[in-house]
Amino acid sequence: MAGIVSYGGYVPRYRIRTREIADMWDEDADAMEGGLRVKSKSVPDEDEDTATISVEAARTALENAPVEGDALGAIYVGSESHPYAVKPTATIVGASVGATPLMTAADLEFACKAGTAGVQAALGLVEAGRIDYGMAIGADVSQGAPGDALEYSAAAGGAAFVIGDEGVVAEIEDTTSYTSDTPDFWRREGERYPQHGERFTGKPAYFKHTEGASRALMDRLGTSPEDYDYAVFHQPNGKFPVRVAKSLGFDEEQYETGLLSPEIGNTYSGASPLGLVAVLDEADAGDRVFFASFGSGAGSDAFSFSVKEGIEERRTGLKETFEVVEYIDYAQYAKHKGKIKEE
Amino acid sequence: MLRDVAVVGVGQTSFGEHWERSFRDLFVTAGVRALEDAGVAGDEIDALYGGNMSAGQFIQQEHVAALIADYAGLSTEGVPATRVEAADASGGLAFRQAVLDVASGASDVVVASGVEKMTDLGSTETTEALAGSADREWEVFSGGNVAALYAMMANAHMERYGTTRRQLSEVVVKNHENATENKYAQYRNEVSAELVESTPYVSEPLRAFDCSPASDGAAAVIVVPAEDAQDYTDQPVYVEATEQGSDSLAVHDRNNMTSIDSTAKAAERAYEAANVSPGDVDVAEVHDSYTVAEILAVEDLGFAEKGDGGAFIEDGHASVGGETPVNPSGGLKACGHPLGATGVRQIADATRQLRGEAGTQVEDASVAVTHNVGGTGATAVVNVLSDRNGRSR
Repeated sequence: MAGIVSYGGYVPRYRIRTREIADMWDEDADAMEGGLRVKSKSVPDEDEDTATISVEAARTALENAPVEGDALGAIYVGSESHPYAVKPTATIVGASVGATPLMTAADLEFACKAGTAGVQAALGLVEAGRIDYGMAIGADVSQGAPGDALEYSAAAGGAAFVIGDEGVVAEIEDTTSYTSDTPDFWRREGERYPQHGERFTGKPAYFKHTEGASRALMDRLGTSPEDYDYAVFHQPNGKFPVRVAKSLGFDEEQYETGLLSPEIGNTYSGASPLGLVAVLDEADAGDRVFFASFGSGAGSDAFSFSVKEGIEERRTGLKETFEVVEYIDYAQYAKHKGKIKEE
Repeated sequence: MLRDVAVVGVGQTSFGEHWERSFRDLFVTAGVRALEDAGVAGDEIDALYGGNMSAGQFIQQEHVAALIADYAGLSTEGVPATRVEAADASGGLAFRQAVLDVASGASDVVVASGVEKMTDLGSTETTEALAGSADREWEVFSGGNVAALYAMMANAHMERYGTTRRQLSEVVVKNHENATENKYAQYRNEVSAELVESTPYVSEPLRAFDCSPASDGAAAVIVVPAEDAQDYTDQPVYVEATEQGSDSLAVHDRNNMTSIDSTAKAAERAYEAANVSPGDVDVAEVHDSYTVAEILAVEDLGFAEKGDGGAFIEDGHASVGGETPVNPSGGLKACGHPLGATGVRQIADATRQLRGEAGTQVEDASVAVTHNVGGTGATAVVNVLSDRNGRSR
């Protein structure tokens, strides 16, 4: 059965505290922190973008893989902050990991779930026998307008997965999606920052779609929350994933390992994939992992994974990288994010 | 009034964030429920009044009475349909117009309805639309939105009468507790005073939980001549008085900031017309758009002495089982406040109380008051309803 052969995640080491942003805008820091359940978020360095983050994640994924970059038959990079409007990020990744020209590559966009859409696309090609291995990446250097609610969570990071059916360490038992035209969050061409529908991003968007995909998948597999050792959900903040986990019947023991947003914020296309990386770094053979991404606009991709022997050799130590962080103030943050520029 | 009027049917949607329901879907649902409750057929309706504050800004739809009549199936019969607007007193005023229409003898079966669809807009635009109830030139352009103006009234009341922050919180605690049994309410959870006081300031001293929410919803009631009421229901509710008062649009032009004179005037007229005193009132649905507004209301309606409103509520006199239960439905705070629908929803809740079928029921309620305010108080409508059990006019 096809699934994840190897994986890797990358989160820039800079952090800004929620408190620092709240102080900047004269907001109640306790209220912001308590409302979002986010203490700090990751910030890219000045020269980091979705391409560099994707490359970092891809290299980590291939470091422990039984194959090299030239084995990849497809590379998909899902992001809503591709550095170029026209020119693929996926080819930059391919060149950086030694992929051959005899492959397909494309950039995907579906708000925060473009990375998992890439996993599904690669899985389809592998299962059809058209390619041996494919790589799917979800990465973002997400944007939040100064002072907007998004600024407290919009972070940077990404994860890459090599999908194949040889040397699989996390079988994809099944995947299903739940999709509708629900305009809860958007950014038009040429606009610098996204807009959002405030509370409309919750119940009719995040919760409806995440629960819709999750329930449909468990129905189809005949599984229930107690059949899983871990659960990972899209994490736009620290509150939504906990609430959706509980409403579906998962408990803290299942979701805490993959819940990274309180510390690193919302890495958008990287968010739920990074949660999965954190789980795979700890899961043992025989464990089952429930996973659901969410992308505004809106849709959710749910997956059921079964962890296999050999997982120990693939571990990446993602959370250990969180121990070496550098907290920056708002001025440095503004510089890193290009909100202020040297003339 | 030339002839007595009775309420024979009430209906409403639940109030809340109805993301998947349109403006027209909401009022049709409420209207059908009211007609079913009254056992009235569409072709019996003589006239319709629709309370709506700002569909023009919320969903960019004007001419909403025609829309309501159309989707209620009344336009083919040529039934007159009239929109009534007085900010968030639109519903109370629509009810009053319906009652006066029947009282005058012009119509026999009239629908009073109210509807608002607020959640299509973000918070900035919503605040801007709400500010339309205040004086745009003198207040709003200077930063005085509705919350800020009520905050000024709260500060003045605290300064003059020693009203406390905790007393404001007790309004929320009471109304949320009342709403736990109201299946139509937006918030059916209990909250503590400490929780209220931990929410961020909207405009000091008012915090987020001092404010009624933005809501979608609709309500409708059917009024007929009192002499015909028994043909429709065994439990008619009689309109003993419907009165309306006005005051200056801008708060700074008023006699004082610690009362809403339009309420006091309307209440005085209503009690006289109904031949009751505030002490005769068994239950009241009042306009708590902000917590301080409920404190002002219990004073201006005469349930408490001026200045004692906060203590009256804190000491439980406005609780169910107290001297004058106020907002057993949960009020605007917990029911939700779809502006134009609220005044009609209050009539529906008062009717349920007098019928003995409310969620949080006041025992042996026989006389009810509803109180609906536009904006910061330039318009107020006060109605007195009764079941006429054990008393006659």
